Amino acid sequence: MTTVAQSEGRPTDTNFQADARRRKWRQAGLAYLYILPAALIMIFITFYPIGYQIYMSFTDFTIGNLRIDTATVLPTLLNPPEFLWLENYVRVITGDLALTNYSFVRILTFNLLWTFVNVFLHVAIGIAIAIALDTKDLPNKRLYRSLFVIPWALPSLVSGMIWANMWHDRFGGVNLLLQRLGLPGDTRWLLETQPFVDISIAGEPVLVLPLAFIAALVANVWLGWPFMMVIATGALQSIPREVYEAAEVDGASKWQQFWRITLPLIRPAMVPAVMIGIMLTFNQFNVIFFVTGGGPLGLTEILVTQGFKLVNPQNLFGVASAFNIIVFFILVVLTLITNRVSRATEPYYA
Amino acid sequence: MATTLQQAQQQEDQNTFERARTEGALLPVIWTVVVFGLSVIVTFVGLYLMVARGFLMSGVVNPLGNVIGGLVLVALGAVNTNRYRKLMVGIFQYADFKSARLAMRADVVQALLIIVLLTVMFPVLWILSMSLDPRDFSRPQGLTIIPPAASLQAFSEVLTQPSPNDVTFLRLLINSLLVAGGTAVGAVVVGTSAAYAFSRMDFPGRRAGMLSFVIVLMIPPGATLAPLFVLLNIVGLRTSLVGLAIAYTSTALPFAIWNMKGFIDSLPYELEEAAQIDGCNRTEAFIRVVLPLAVPGMAVTAMMGFLTGWSEFILAWTFLSDPSTFTLPMVLRGMVGQYASGTPWSQFSAMALLMSIPPVVFFFFLQRYLIGGLAVGGVKG
Repeated sequence: MTTVAQSEGRPTDTNFQADARRRKWRQAGLAYLYILPAALIMIFITFYPIGYQIYMSFTDFTIGNLRIDTATVLPTLLNPPEFLWLENYVRVITGDLALTNYSFVRILTFNLLWTFVNVFLHVAIGIAIAIALDTKDLPNKRLYRSLFVIPWALPSLVSGMIWANMWHDRFGGVNLLLQRLGLPGDTRWLLETQPFVDISIAGEPVLVLPLAFIAALVANVWLGWPFMMVIATGALQSIPREVYEAAEVDGASKWQQFWRITLPLIRPAMVPAVMIGIMLTFNQFNVIFFVTGGGPLGLTEILVTQGFKLVNPQNLFGVASAFNIIVFFILVVLTLITNRVSRATEPYYA
Repeated sequence: MATTLQQAQQQEDQNTFERARTEGALLPVIWTVVVFGLSVIVTFVGLYLMVARGFLMSGVVNPLGNVIGGLVLVALGAVNTNRYRKLMVGIFQYADFKSARLAMRADVVQALLIIVLLTVMFPVLWILSMSLDPRDFSRPQGLTIIPPAASLQAFSEVLTQPSPNDVTFLRLLINSLLVAGGTAVGAVVVGTSAAYAFSRMDFPGRRAGMLSFVIVLMIPPGATLAPLFVLLNIVGLRTSLVGLAIAYTSTALPFAIWNMKGFIDSLPYELEEAAQIDGCNRTEAFIRVVLPLAVPGMAVTAMMGFLTGWSEFILAWTFLSDPSTFTLPMVLRGMVGQYASGTPWSQFSAMALLMSIPPVVFFFFLQRYLIGGLAVGGVKG
């Protein structure tokens, strides 16, 4: 009697599975509900534009097609932009555009160099200063920490414009300081068109660096290292002191301690920051746009500023779309490669 | 009597130096003595500058600058005089070389940090000095931290007439605060909700979902321009601040979600279980247990969202057409470069400083959370 009642009360196998499945889907449903607002924003503000951008990149989209509003939506639908297949992409790569000094390869190599030099300096300076700030019994520690984040706290467009003024050849802070120190203070930092590195392969410019590259680099390093310092500081604080004491007992020098203890232990925190740093620096619009404006002669243009200028003021919408799609995929590939490299050489994730 | 005491003292000093040499601490001892002397000198130079060339002299070009400079020197000198006096007492009375050695190391590091600090502060101080320059030059005339006859004239000019357009500073400020605040609120609300699901629930498409939010970071800033223009035109939000705030929220979301996920990951799950045993459902546990604990993470997320909205330029410049909806970055942009050969740099500097105040204040208040929070998010991300 009791056994029957028990077996009746126990869910059968299929019943149990259905129940588990239902519970799983109910939980998944709740999860999707929590994500829904974010997903909606992403779909409309990010994924739809990417899709639309891909469509635009195959057409001769003009400013007329842009003026879609409720009054003109019908004529626009009746007069869609002409389909061009890959012509826009060909024009971007071969440089068939009415722009001064445009060369896709040159801008791409410049952009890659810009990214890696910047991120390397951000990380190196950030870690060095985080370690310096970690010195025992250092007076004014908190003062330094709070003042050092100022470059990061300033809006990047404000710092970009400040640095543009800093590098002004006649009234800029840098040249005024150089004059004060008795050094030649009349360098035309942003306007000098003669590059100090000029590499061409088969007549095609591959890497051209004018003085303005240094100007933009200094500005971007200035505003970029504090972020890495903050990340490194947080990571350093999580390293137990005993590890260093043990190393000291074993006779490890400071230099060895840095390479064998500090660096490996802060690495898990630094790798994601470096990945984000690469993405943000590759697409760092404000610094280039406001410090050099892409000049002189378009030599410090990076991909995103060039892409923006194709739209505003050039109004080459189709070409700009093709350009942006290419940039997007370059960055996806770059991210995948850096992800692979940082994981492959990473024995501490296990 | 007096001479013998002095001799004894001298002998003791020599002994100290000799002992220092045998213990290999000669350098720290000499360092301590030299820096003590320098600190005393700096204090008196500061006093001289402050009193004689600041307060008393009427014919000096820049009395205010001398007073402030002198004050800084006096403070610096006095603090270090006291520090090194204590170290000297330690060395010569108790033969305490260890503190001296530590102090020397700290000060070598400090010297490096001060150089870094100078490079960090140089542009900021330069902007500050330009903004205080009342002389009617449109361009700076040299390097002085506090220019002669410093005044807040440029600030008042910027506050009354920020741009050639007919728009008040207050209007611009409100617009910027609305956009940035809306972005911050949007990023926190939408981001925390999504982050909770990613952190605490298991569902199909979880990993792919997380990764798809990173894609936003890879999109060129100008790439969404034209499609968004069309979309916002259709729904009638193109020229409104609401449209901008929604667009910026999407930019701020990847960081918001990753940061909040890392933060919620670090909270103990047992608390929610306990709440659920006590009869809360999932959502109640989220609101009553997780949200109160996640406030530091939310503060950092809000700050980052605020910064995104506060300084975004491309979309605002392209979409907004009515001056009464303009934001501060657009007006600042109008003050440099080809559009602004007539704008004095003092006004640009004043505007740049005014625009920098809210983010910097934010940073100072949230700094504590920033160091802990970002590292946690980074490790767990």
